[in-house]
Amino acid sequence: MMRRLGFAIGCVCCLWQAGGEARAQALVADLSRHLVAVTTGFVGTDLLLFGATDGEGDVVVVVRGPDQRDIVRRKERVAGIWVNRQEFPFSEIPAFYSVASSRPLRDIADPPLLARHEIGLNHLRFNPGEVAPAAVTASFRDALIRNKQRLGVFHDRLGKVRFVAPRLFRTDVHLPSNVPTGTYTVTVYLIRDGEVRSAQTTPLVVSKIGIGARVFEFAHRHAAIYGVLAILMALFAGWLAGVVFRKP
Amino acid sequence: MQIYLPIAEISLNVFLLLGLGGAVGFLSGLFGVGGGFLMTPLLIFIGVPPAVAVATEANQIVASSVSGALAHWRRGNVDFKMGMVLLVGGFIGSSLGVWLFSILRGAGQIDLVISLSYVVFLGIIGILMLIESLRAMQRRRKPTGRRVKLHQHNWLHGLPFKMRFRKSKLYISALLPLAVGIFVGVLAAIMGVGGGFIMVPAMIYLLGMPTSVVVGTSLFQIIFVTANVTFLQAWQNQTVDVVLALLLLTGGVIGAQFGSRAGARLHGEQLRSLLALMVLAVCGKLAYDLVATPDDLYSLGYLVSE
Repeated sequence: MMRRLGFAIGCVCCLWQAGGEARAQALVADLSRHLVAVTTGFVGTDLLLFGATDGEGDVVVVVRGPDQRDIVRRKERVAGIWVNRQEFPFSEIPAFYSVASSRPLRDIADPPLLARHEIGLNHLRFNPGEVAPAAVTASFRDALIRNKQRLGVFHDRLGKVRFVAPRLFRTDVHLPSNVPTGTYTVTVYLIRDGEVRSAQTTPLVVSKIGIGARVFEFAHRHAAIYGVLAILMALFAGWLAGVVFRKP
Repeated sequence: MQIYLPIAEISLNVFLLLGLGGAVGFLSGLFGVGGGFLMTPLLIFIGVPPAVAVATEANQIVASSVSGALAHWRRGNVDFKMGMVLLVGGFIGSSLGVWLFSILRGAGQIDLVISLSYVVFLGIIGILMLIESLRAMQRRRKPTGRRVKLHQHNWLHGLPFKMRFRKSKLYISALLPLAVGIFVGVLAAIMGVGGGFIMVPAMIYLLGMPTSVVVGTSLFQIIFVTANVTFLQAWQNQTVDVVLALLLLTGGVIGAQFGSRAGARLHGEQLRSLLALMVLAVCGKLAYDLVATPDDLYSLGYLVSE
């Protein structure tokens, strides 16, 4: 992930120098918050992303969560019931991915450029953990994206970047209640004449905070003690109920 | 009002969870069963990950079986000696079950095994219970004065390591309750249930225990078996959600009180036939889900951070 961040920052620097437009940055953007706290009452949240460009062009916003590994399984009918028979591992799957743009992506840039920057759900590159025919890999890859969309952690929000003035844009970044925690990167691209003219990356931290975070941390760090405490709590609650509701 | 469950990692409505606990508690009070076999599938249905549902339900059953066992103990309906033998088996079985659970989860077959176990055991128990209660209802209409023997003698009584269980008026091989304990322990760990719905019939029909001590003794041993499952799941898989357990058991203990009061007004056979129908309904739903073509043939495994 640091690699990606470094790459994006590098891009920005290169463009800034090579573009010869040192007098002003081509793109400036920021988020309303850089820290999202997942508290006990968390039901999802919307962040505001806003910014300005130096003129014409389309804006694409990509929000990407930390990378994960996962296994995609395919069911087959065995003796009448559906059983997981095939599986395919992938790595470098973003835990969260959302893309928003001012116009449909195909009108903004050519597929090679979109693929290079992993812009758009169908341009996401996961690292397949097995060698398989392209068609098989593709079917598992599509299934992965479909399942992630159903879980609400992959979003396609094409056309959701609005220009409020000729050079001022804004969009909402929606994070659902099951948003994965970790360090995110929010990358804003300014695309003009089919070329990335400028890009800017901002970090976004999603972390559990409060009692829930402590419970989670305790459950993982002191798993055995947590187990004993869970049992003691249940024993006490059961005893209490037995005493309170004791029939005369 | 939504609450974020720290281990399940989803937000759910507090009142939905309290209500679910209350409703299942009511039914468990009404029928005198643990309710795990209803709660675990319901939790999975509302979006709790199956592994968390199974482990958390074990934690909740600890609480509900404590209050139940206390009530039976006060009435002297617990055969502690039998309970201890079952318990030893239960410990072995549930440890085995949690280990099996981890392996099946890694192989991507845990959901299937959970569903299949439910369908098979709920199906068998439901049908047996229905037939038995319908027969009992018929008998009640045409009473016959036939005396029933305490229990039938068969090859099981020839096994070695015989032990005397005074409270149960039995002199049987300790291997028998040990095996029952192991078997139910495995199922308890995999299905996220106390196992009372299998334990009780096994005690009556297989061990030949008198009905009066069956429920108390099974509750007594369920406390320890589910506590063992809770500990092992928390320790090995980190899947016990105490916040979820607390909400469910709060609703559960209150619901159970109303349930047991309502149950006192109904006849035993009517209760059992109703329970049988409910068991079969859950079984039918799970069986249908196994056979029906899923919306998406592909599913995700478990997420691992890189």
